Amino acid sequence: MYNKMTAQDIAALRQIEGLEVLCGDAINPDYAHDELGGISHMPEALVRVRTTDQVAAVMKHAFTRNIPVTVRGSGTGLVGAAVPVKGGILLETTKMNKILSLDKDRLTVTVQPGVLLMELAAFAEENDFLYPPDPGEKSATIGGNISTNAGGMRAVKYGVTRDYVRSLTVVMPNGEILTLGQAVAKNSSGYSLKDLVIGSEGTLCIICEAVLKLVPLPKVSVSLLVPFPDMKSAIEAVPKIICSKVIPTAIEYMSRDTILFSEDYLGKKFPDTKSDAYILLTFDGNSDAQVEKDMATVADLCLEIGALDAYIVDTEERKKSVWSARGAFLEAIKASTTEMDECDVVVPVNKVDAFIKFTHALADEYKVRIPSFGHAGDGNLHVYICRDALSDADWKKTLSLCFDRMYQKAEELGGLVSGEHGIGYAKKEYLKKQYGETPIALMQGIKRVFDEKNILNPGKICF
Amino acid sequence: MKILVCVKQVPGSNHVEVDPVTGVLKRSGVQSKINPYDLYAIETALTLAEKYGGTVESITMGPPQARAVIEETVCMGAAGGTVLSDRKFAGADVLATAYTLSQGIQKSGSYDLIVCGKQTTDGDTAQVGAEVAEYMGLANVSGVLSVEDIQDGKIYLTASLDDKNVQMSVSFPCLISVDGDINTPRLPSYKIKKTLTEGTVKFLSFADFEDQDPTHYGLNGSATQVERIFPPEKNDQKHDIAGTADEQAEALYQLLRDKKLV
Repeated sequence: MYNKMTAQDIAALRQIEGLEVLCGDAINPDYAHDELGGISHMPEALVRVRTTDQVAAVMKHAFTRNIPVTVRGSGTGLVGAAVPVKGGILLETTKMNKILSLDKDRLTVTVQPGVLLMELAAFAEENDFLYPPDPGEKSATIGGNISTNAGGMRAVKYGVTRDYVRSLTVVMPNGEILTLGQAVAKNSSGYSLKDLVIGSEGTLCIICEAVLKLVPLPKVSVSLLVPFPDMKSAIEAVPKIICSKVIPTAIEYMSRDTILFSEDYLGKKFPDTKSDAYILLTFDGNSDAQVEKDMATVADLCLEIGALDAYIVDTEERKKSVWSARGAFLEAIKASTTEMDECDVVVPVNKVDAFIKFTHALADEYKVRIPSFGHAGDGNLHVYICRDALSDADWKKTLSLCFDRMYQKAEELGGLVSGEHGIGYAKKEYLKKQYGETPIALMQGIKRVFDEKNILNPGKICF
Repeated sequence: MKILVCVKQVPGSNHVEVDPVTGVLKRSGVQSKINPYDLYAIETALTLAEKYGGTVESITMGPPQARAVIEETVCMGAAGGTVLSDRKFAGADVLATAYTLSQGIQKSGSYDLIVCGKQTTDGDTAQVGAEVAEYMGLANVSGVLSVEDIQDGKIYLTASLDDKNVQMSVSFPCLISVDGDINTPRLPSYKIKKTLTEGTVKFLSFADFEDQDPTHYGLNGSATQVERIFPPEKNDQKHDIAGTADEQAEALYQLLRDKKLV
């Protein structure tokens, strides 16, 4: 069992130079939860780290005293991964927020984990580069993105966070500082420890620095907002677009309902709400002619298969009016109901329509609202079950039934429990159910090798 | 009801360099777009035409490639449009631009309502609309925030006079300049784009105008002498505010108050 923290522990942490230590009532209750995970637990101490040495010193103390440590970035997670379910120390990385260097020769940027995704994106763009991973939550920290292997909207063309992490400087549970990976393009040098850490949700070690790959900023980028008469025809268009061999940067689907929630939430009208369903695509490249050609190919295809039109989103103002609404969907749906929980499954791209139709049938069967949106182009769907006026007992029962059915369906279709939000605390049982004994035992074994005392983010993913 | 919208092609980005020798904006190689403020004017015009019946046309002054912005208004729903293009129009200031537009408008048709954007993002003068109205002898309202109704040849609207809003009615024909952010402009349609032809955009030149005095146009007709154009200074100054949430809120409030922003 873990040790409860004592006054001596707090005093010892306060001895660490420059470390901000809060305990008791000084800790804001928001630190007990994340954005959605359905689990809440206060830490015994909150430490705000500014340097890797401080992280190492905190871990040395926690390791010696057998105190659990949970890492937290901006707290924008959705599965309770940053909730200190066993108490102990909550280690906040938001003050480690410096962009340390830009290497224009190697096309890399070195960052601390508390840098926000929007800050990194802006920095890259100012220097004529692109950091391709583009999750919707721009105020998430890059440390959090690496810890969940978030993908975002450009994954269709550019891949996910894992594809852009060259190396990581980490602090092990015993306080040892290591660098995993190198800023090189190829690596066949043994097991990829760096890749084990990516997506490990703070359970193996603490990310204190990351060297990330950048790509040259594409000179031209145009989006298309394609209205369809209904969601069925919109979703069915996606595999056909992919078969056209044009590779859009993003293919997102959205329903009129979700757009209207977003209008209410932002207090800003969307450019078009006349149709029931939309696909939003982006094309980028280095010449107007190439991007125009790709866009025209897909627009013509969409019109052939039943799209009502294809609206051109080509200026900064237009992109803002469309993409700012897309970026607010999660918060907008949240604001439209009393409580909600989400399912972040990923299915093969040619099964997206089957899964969405299934959620519609489920909504009818259980008489519950299940809005969704997501990355139609990579099969990662964000499906939300809304409580609305359900009683507490009915809500829990409906939620459990819907989740069971949805994860079962995703598995049937060849999908997985999470595409980018992670497993954390909330989705552990579904992961176990899908993977079965041996893969979970392998994960537990990996966890033990990294963290023999199980003090880092205990109670998450596979334990 | 016949509505005309005045539009302008402007640089596609705010990061346009100024030639240090000539003091002129370096436009070559820079992507261009329709002036963002004009999109609100187009949306206003199209919404009114849909609601009260009527057609929308657009007009611009510029080089031949300015046809792109007229085509864009058509893709948004306008019936057609005109580019006023002639070397004699080059170098026009606000006065000469407004005069050229007024000549072009009179030549291209008669309109019940002319709608302009608040200003352009490259010139920023916000005067062309009012001066066009003056040259054409039309009533003019700037800073229009909303149009409430059109009835019996009158338009009922609310306009901003900075410290107060005024509700008024104006008889047609008239010219209004609409504020930014008063609506969400619709997006251009690819479906319409595919139907564009050479004939979608009309061109008018000096030879087509009634006033054939070349000293009324372009640089010759301009009253403004530009001494120097330079990019505004950039300010990357950052303030770090430390302390508790309450202390930070107080410090932020003081900062904003000192700068007279609140």
